[in-house]
Amino acid sequence: MKEQVIIADKLSKRFGQFMATNQISFSVSAGEIFGFLGANGAGKTTAMRMLCGLSIPSEGSASVAGFDVYTQTEEIKKNIGYMSQRFSLYEDLTVLENIRFFGGIYGLSDLQIKEKSDALIQQLGLEKEAKKLVSALPLGWRQKLSFSVAILHDPKIVFLDEPTGGVDPLTRRQFWDMIYAAANRGVTIFVTTHYMDEAEYCDRISIMVDGKIDAMGTPAELKKQFDAQNMDEVFYQLARGAKRKE
Amino acid sequence: MFAVEAKELRKVYGKEKTVAVDAVSFSVKEGELFGLIGPDGAGKTSIFRMLTTLLLPDGGAASVAGLDIVKDYKEIRKRLGYMPGKFSLYADLTVEENLNFFATVFGTTIEENYHLIKDIYVQLAPFKNRRAGKLSGGMKQKLALCCALIHKPEVLFLDEPTTGVDPVSRKEFWEMLKRLKAQGISILVSTPYMDEAALCDKIALIQGGKILSIDTPNAIVEDFPNKLFALKGDSMYLLLQAANTSNFVEHAYAFGEYAHVILKDNISSEDLLLDYLSQEGFGALEMKQIVPSIEDCFIRLLR
Repeated sequence: MKEQVIIADKLSKRFGQFMATNQISFSVSAGEIFGFLGANGAGKTTAMRMLCGLSIPSEGSASVAGFDVYTQTEEIKKNIGYMSQRFSLYEDLTVLENIRFFGGIYGLSDLQIKEKSDALIQQLGLEKEAKKLVSALPLGWRQKLSFSVAILHDPKIVFLDEPTGGVDPLTRRQFWDMIYAAANRGVTIFVTTHYMDEAEYCDRISIMVDGKIDAMGTPAELKKQFDAQNMDEVFYQLARGAKRKE
Repeated sequence: MFAVEAKELRKVYGKEKTVAVDAVSFSVKEGELFGLIGPDGAGKTSIFRMLTTLLLPDGGAASVAGLDIVKDYKEIRKRLGYMPGKFSLYADLTVEENLNFFATVFGTTIEENYHLIKDIYVQLAPFKNRRAGKLSGGMKQKLALCCALIHKPEVLFLDEPTTGVDPVSRKEFWEMLKRLKAQGISILVSTPYMDEAALCDKIALIQGGKILSIDTPNAIVEDFPNKLFALKGDSMYLLLQAANTSNFVEHAYAFGEYAHVILKDNISSEDLLLDYLSQEGFGALEMKQIVPSIEDCFIRLLR
């Protein structure tokens, strides 16, 4: 069996009387693309924050890259990458400065940073833009750069929180090409999205409703289980019953 | 008369003269639901801000409800409703206070136009004493829509009302728009979600400040010049790569569980591609001709 890089067992987070995340259990293997879906307010962000070592669970257990989410949060942070649509890069720094900054944060040596920046700039075809402010780049390029920076330190797992929101359809697909390439190299991908066609690109998906995982499986399994033509229908069947609205 | 008419509208920003809106022309008929469909950075918000008289154009002209956006800005502001992409209500006022405030500013009362917002407001009513800043995202969006409607505008401008909203809430929001349209309000709405385009009467596909195509969703789909196929098989990622590097394919791209494929002009039959792919070792192959979606049309126009 493949190495399990994320294991969650009855993981829960309570805010006062409110169970934001309610006993979720799942595991993700190395190199897997795992889609973490759910309606606004279903508890995805809370769950993700616990897995990234940013929030201590109320109950249950979980390990990420082999580290415990209660006691080893600093090790977790060093061994994962994170990217979101809202925050990814510093707009007032240049492309190169961003790479250097994040390289430094992740503890890479000067030499490693130099080598990685050169390779990355070349790979993304950003030679002319390397010394430009990130704010001057089109959104699509920013998202690609942002993903590359999130995996600069070769993490075992990268968490992507709605990485393709607002991006044009062609760039969205190029972005998924990068996700596939990373997964082929063995990086585990944990991704949230509101685009249901992207749910189809995942190896497995979980769908959260009101704090719980209500369905989990490959896209084909879920469509069969819910007798649905596409993931949009699966999602609709599950989420329309939600009591909690964000 | 058109609800909105833009002629060669242009906006340039900064010292570097970045062209955000480049000679954009379109018109929205009275009672029409018109969609500006395009990604972030396409120029949608700049167009909205010019039409709502919050930004002066650098070229071209436009009218809203028959009034000039530069000369008649005071009158236009009374007649339009605007819901910006960014939440812009008063966070420290309650739900009810916000609504009251906007009604008063426009010289009306909540009671007078309650019929317009009733459907939406009943969902907010349990929270009417909560401060707007403490509302959830979905509730904020509903309150913003109520505030944009409370003075019974002739034209409603909605800038990305569904961005970041889950598919179920997006469907609900579009149901609300349909009901508003039925009440005779003209609506200009922008969205980055291609699947919402089909719900509009007419759409403009926009990218890089320019309109790529403008028509009814059906006509845009009918204009698609190629035969489009949906292809499926084992290991989709590799299949897509193999299709794209073969001699038969103009362009293949992922589309949900299928890859969408446009064959090269001189390829007489899809069997040539299927034979090639099975020789390359791909199993469980399935290929059928399909009707393009707006997203397919957009992808073609971007290339």
